Amino acid sequence: MITAVELGLIYAIMALGVYLTFRILDFPDLTVDGSFTTGAAVASISIINGVNPFLATAFAFFIGAAAGVITGLLHTKGKIDGLLAGILTMIALYSINLRIMGKANLPLLGETTVLTFLRENRLLGTWVSVGLMFLGCLVAVAVIVWFLRTDVGLAMRATGDNEEMIRSLGVNTDNQKILGLALSNGLVGISGAVIAQFQGFADIGMGIGVILIGLASVIVGQAIFGQKFIWIAALAVVFGSVAYRLVIQLSLQAGLEVNDMKLISAVLVVIALLLPQWKGLGKFANRISIRSKSITTEDKKEVGVDA
Amino acid sequence: MLEITSLNKTFFPGTVNERKALRNINLTLTDGEFVTVIGSNGAGKSTVLNMVGGKLRPDTGTVRVAGKDVTRLADHSRARYIGRVFQDPMAGTAPNMTIEENMALALGRGTFRGLGFGVTKRKREQFVEELRSLELGLENRLKAKVGLLSGGQRQALSLLMATFSGPKILLLDEHTAALDPQRAALVARLTEEIVVRHQLTTLMVTHNMEQALRLGTRLIMMHDGQVILDLDSEQKAQMTVPGLLHEFEKIKGAQLDDRTMLQ
Repeated sequence: MITAVELGLIYAIMALGVYLTFRILDFPDLTVDGSFTTGAAVASISIINGVNPFLATAFAFFIGAAAGVITGLLHTKGKIDGLLAGILTMIALYSINLRIMGKANLPLLGETTVLTFLRENRLLGTWVSVGLMFLGCLVAVAVIVWFLRTDVGLAMRATGDNEEMIRSLGVNTDNQKILGLALSNGLVGISGAVIAQFQGFADIGMGIGVILIGLASVIVGQAIFGQKFIWIAALAVVFGSVAYRLVIQLSLQAGLEVNDMKLISAVLVVIALLLPQWKGLGKFANRISIRSKSITTEDKKEVGVDA
Repeated sequence: MLEITSLNKTFFPGTVNERKALRNINLTLTDGEFVTVIGSNGAGKSTVLNMVGGKLRPDTGTVRVAGKDVTRLADHSRARYIGRVFQDPMAGTAPNMTIEENMALALGRGTFRGLGFGVTKRKREQFVEELRSLELGLENRLKAKVGLLSGGQRQALSLLMATFSGPKILLLDEHTAALDPQRAALVARLTEEIVVRHQLTTLMVTHNMEQALRLGTRLIMMHDGQVILDLDSEQKAQMTVPGLLHEFEKIKGAQLDDRTMLQ
């Protein structure tokens, strides 16, 4: 069970990246499935070649960011639909990942990784490692919340909220989208790198369906904890990621197999997307629903508006 | 301040849907001039506004703001000089962001946006000051999401955001048309006050002739992509709504006659 929480916390970094694109930029970015593996591949090959594991993980950030920039350029300068731009980058990355790794599976046996310290002291799988990883997630949340409150962060949020308006205030929304996609996929790259080090290998297929895990974490987490303030929304993503892992763990214990996990992910996301349309849920449904629709007439009464 | 020279624009050229939206428009606004623009649908009013704002590019002709040629600049690149308020009250603000965050976005008009905090204590004091001028009590609700505001409140906020960070030109595209009469009157009054206070050179498109006569220092009427009537402040003061309609019929009729003759 503790391992599930650990996995959830590592995947939470990726989910925070998905939060940036899906919620902040209102952009469904499928690059994630490719950049997650790219992060893992670059970090693994670097570690095998003797690079410091922390530096190797930083490399994963930059290579992920580069992937995000490509999707961003395809979408903004190439005027390619957002979904398709993400898919194109994702598919192209599959070949690039194989080139980086040289083969489909790259073991990290005996290499020093960012988790070696925990592993040698037998702290993995204990609450100590959970605490440390949670701390890591808190740092990531703090950085994201800080960023989204800076001038450039506000401009990025406005780009996802009302593009026309923020352009009329002098912001180049193309650049904002590219920057957002870069940051997002950078985080995804880090997450992939740490997962590879956690499981002891990088694999060409490890990124498949990762976008669904990210979406499930964002949607489920924010359905439970809300998104009234940025910091709540970001923290909710972390908890959503852990909750997702626990659901997977429970379904495995209930007799489902590892091979069924993608199906479980998909079903979970479908449920999370359909629930808001079910009126019977009342206010809870509004909380799950996406973006501006979340402002309800009920909220309006609370604040007592109308000039 | 604003100089529009021989502007031409044809939509869908070379197709059956070809439409000449602007025919050789010339228009010069002096510093602080407040021009109201009226005309029938498809007269080219909004097209002119969109060309000044940078949403559309002319086929030929130039747009100059304070002597600077901005014809080829993208909309966001010329935003430093130009404030805009749209017809849709939802269009001018970011609904999922708070009032103070929206104000911070507007304060950064045309400047480099870095990693400093968007809303600081000092900026907040300035926002309170500015919001107070609207007399809507918004200064007490800085942390409320803008999506919670009524249409009138949002439009008033849009107007403030378009003006308080020092643009040279203000473009108003039927910005009171989507509001009920009471709120429309409020926003019209605020517009007048703000334009005078900031000495803004203003171009306002409206469908409301009474409003076009009451507001502003000059009135132009457009038809079929041309300016067909240009009243200065004195002539405008003498003009009435029936008078405008009469002028319109007269000029339109004359034009039709010309064309019939040519055919």
